[in-house]
Amino acid sequence: MASESFQFSRREMLMSGATTAAVSTIAIETADAAPPAQALPTYQVALTVNGKPHALTLDPRTTLLDALREHLHLTGTKKGCDHGQCGACTVIVNDERINACLSLAVQHDGDAVITIEGLGTPEHLHPMQAAFVKRDGYQCGYCTPGQICSAVSVLQEIRRGVPSHAQVDLVAAPQPTGAEMRERMSGNICRCGAYSNIVEAMADVAGASA
Amino acid sequence: MRSFTYERARTPADAARIVASHPGARFLAGGTNLLDLMKLEIETPTHLVDVQDLKLDRIEPTDAGGLRIGAFVSNTALASDERVRRDYGVLSRAIVAGASGQLRNKATTAGNLLQRTRCPYFYDTNQPCNKRKPGSGCAAIGGYSRQLAVIGSSDACIATYPGDMAVAMRVLDATVETVRADGKTRSIPIGSFHTLPGTTPERDNVLDHGELITAVTLPALVGGTQVYRKVRDRASYAFALVSVAAIVQRDGSGRAAFGGVAHRPWRVEAAEAAMPRGAVEMAKAVFADARPTDDNAFKIPLATRTLAAVIAEVKP
Repeated sequence: MASESFQFSRREMLMSGATTAAVSTIAIETADAAPPAQALPTYQVALTVNGKPHALTLDPRTTLLDALREHLHLTGTKKGCDHGQCGACTVIVNDERINACLSLAVQHDGDAVITIEGLGTPEHLHPMQAAFVKRDGYQCGYCTPGQICSAVSVLQEIRRGVPSHAQVDLVAAPQPTGAEMRERMSGNICRCGAYSNIVEAMADVAGASA
Repeated sequence: MRSFTYERARTPADAARIVASHPGARFLAGGTNLLDLMKLEIETPTHLVDVQDLKLDRIEPTDAGGLRIGAFVSNTALASDERVRRDYGVLSRAIVAGASGQLRNKATTAGNLLQRTRCPYFYDTNQPCNKRKPGSGCAAIGGYSRQLAVIGSSDACIATYPGDMAVAMRVLDATVETVRADGKTRSIPIGSFHTLPGTTPERDNVLDHGELITAVTLPALVGGTQVYRKVRDRASYAFALVSVAAIVQRDGSGRAAFGGVAHRPWRVEAAEAAMPRGAVEMAKAVFADARPTDDNAFKIPLATRTLAAVIAEVKP
């Protein structure tokens, strides 16, 4: 066997290691030719991601995160802890931010998802992306897509009047203060410790002071 | 994660019937706790019944002057509801004291009630745990027990109920409404919803397999000032070491429930008569039967001081 057969790209290696990524469309076609002893169930899932409709056939174990990264190849959304503790996988589903790692793709049939790729482009950054660049709101950058999706949603949640633990008067409309933004961003961990710059970036976008 | 099949139920009774007829089936609401446990193979359902299409996502007034909260109402929607923020502030406060914004957007009212303990030995499948594997023993007793129960525990289990929302519901005298596979409904007072571990720590609550929570109802207003105070190792996004949900009247009387101390939200109604005499007197009665470990004995003075802080905060 030629040695080239064993040359994989880094991404292919990572994909083959993603056991929960489950069955891709190609794998199902192969399975049709030689069915395994007990066929794994698959389900049709329609997702609109960053405005584009997609039809996927998925093992129900596939998380929304793995559907985005492994099936739609939108690798901007990151897998950190995969247990809802770090926030690196934060995406916006039907206008609300969630941890994509703690949601099955089948739960989202018919839903509209926005990932970091849908917020802005290198030529036309979303104001929050531009503010992160200006304020140096990252170091290694791994948590940044989740931080930015979360930050955009936090400002929307404040505008919608969603309360927080930092709020003194529960009935009053929340304001985009530094204390509010720090509390509301507590589900996004940054090992590099860019927190103070992230709050400054958010304050820039909110037109407030951190 | 083990393989499973998935379906969406159409009605609450339909969902109950499907789960009741599959021994390995579970309801799936937000999934934020269940999926985490499935990835660790602590939960290994063979069939998931998604309850998102059951139209249990509304908050409506009741004839009795209270509120009926649909089981699928998200934690964010419940904490944000204008009526809840105005009239049941302790509930709104408790919810926003827990988890993160992302989790609260996905987690549901029923799912929050049904979340499982965060005892580190329950989560570590290499350790014995009577809750995860009945009869295997309890590694927490004699182990790292700083977070765990100080009261209501047993020789089989010292796990705590980890949530905040239910502690507020306990002080509000909420009722859990359910439907079973045969279509029959029942109303369970929140105080008898979560169980103590005893000799069956694998049970967290009184629900039968296939019994679906449809709503949580809150009674009419009771007046007074409502407070939720949570003490934890960091200022946000951490489980309670101790929490207090309280409703205090102008004359100093009131009620209080404690989180982070037991296998269920801990409230001793008989101790509440002591509230006007202060936190020390009341806490002495609340924790009279406490059996803390060396690691978590600090929770009793901490709970006493947290209650004192709550009473001081409310005083005019």
